[in-house]
Amino acid sequence: MIALLMRDLRLAVRAGGGFGLGLAFFLIVVTLVPFGVGPEGKILARIAPGILWVGALLACLLSLDRIFALDYEDGSLDLLVTAPVPLEGVVSIKALAHWITTGLPLVVAAPVFGILLHLPQGAHVWMVISLLLGTPALSVLGTFGAALTVGLKRGGLLLSLLVLPFYVPTLIFGAELVRRGAEGMNTETPLLMLAGITAATVALVPFASAAAIRVNLR
Amino acid sequence: MSMLSVEGLAVSRGGLPVLEGLSFSLDAGHALVLRGPNGVGKTTLLRTLAGLQPALAGTVSMPPESMAYAAHSDGLKSTLTVRENLGFWASVYATNDIEPALKRMNLQSLETRPAHSLSAGQKRRLGLARLLVTGRPIWVLDEPTVSLDTASVALFAEAVRGHLANGGAALIATHIDLGLNEAKVLDLTPFKAKTPEEGGMQGAFDEAFL
Repeated sequence: MIALLMRDLRLAVRAGGGFGLGLAFFLIVVTLVPFGVGPEGKILARIAPGILWVGALLACLLSLDRIFALDYEDGSLDLLVTAPVPLEGVVSIKALAHWITTGLPLVVAAPVFGILLHLPQGAHVWMVISLLLGTPALSVLGTFGAALTVGLKRGGLLLSLLVLPFYVPTLIFGAELVRRGAEGMNTETPLLMLAGITAATVALVPFASAAAIRVNLR
Repeated sequence: MSMLSVEGLAVSRGGLPVLEGLSFSLDAGHALVLRGPNGVGKTTLLRTLAGLQPALAGTVSMPPESMAYAAHSDGLKSTLTVRENLGFWASVYATNDIEPALKRMNLQSLETRPAHSLSAGQKRRLGLARLLVTGRPIWVLDEPTVSLDTASVALFAEAVRGHLANGGAALIATHIDLGLNEAKVLDLTPFKAKTPEEGGMQGAFDEAFL
């Protein structure tokens, strides 16, 4: 299992691995929005939590189709399924590797990018907390979409359509948490909901993803 | 002692039965070569035995965690080196010692090269070296000698012989002569499934849509 994680991380940082792709996309979204919306700080500060969350979500989507597709193409998915590791574990590790290469850089970069959007001073810490709690759910849910579309050529669009509805609750509670934090309101409810969604997806979705892969490999 | 025994097995591809009524057994120290024309169901049979798809009928019995499967594609990561590729599979199978496998498949001089710079035959040799690091007794091999030259085929036959001598078994689907004279040959053509019109088995209908 550790070997699989190390392999996936190593592949991600080598040429063509896609590490930093999500981060670059996030940066593009965040720098373009002030040009589109106009430079008034008040408006930007109001929409900043939502923009940052939508940006993070789309950045996550961008690299989802690579989770299983590359292993499927070179045949290593077949070999992993027949290897002495549970497929549910393989899925969880793949989600973890995806989160480390996509979600974690977003969490680290969010406070800096928040400055570009005039995110209010007090909200930065909530931004980091919400992304830290929410992005694992995005990666794990993404494995389910990736597993369903694994044998399809150009499955990326279908994957996005399948996964987006599942991302909505995380988006709502994540952005709400930051908004409440910025305005100094009580943050307990969205915080608990966000953590609950992540805990539930991390616990349950790998089983669904593994089942989808088994069906697709037949 | 029989390591792998198959009874009345029927397998399907894309919802259509391709083979039926297949029974054979494989003992430790023996190899069985599967033959038959393209499309007869060699790959489907091997995938079924490897547990990648369910059988339509019949039973497959073997000790748990005893099979190593090698498909058409080698499952190599092109940006990883030969050593990293092999080392990954060794740690998945918890064997960890890759030196004998590198030596056996004559890959020592290539071990620091990334897999994308290998030739097709060298990649194949690396894919077969993976079998040696699995430590599993039953090898299930699908066209293992594709793109190998005669010297490498001999190298591979030698590796299979070594495996059999250590009490392993091998099931090999191939079109060419491996030079494994001691291996039994099973021609799959007589087991070709009848179509439903001829009174054959009905495949799982919904499978065609998966």
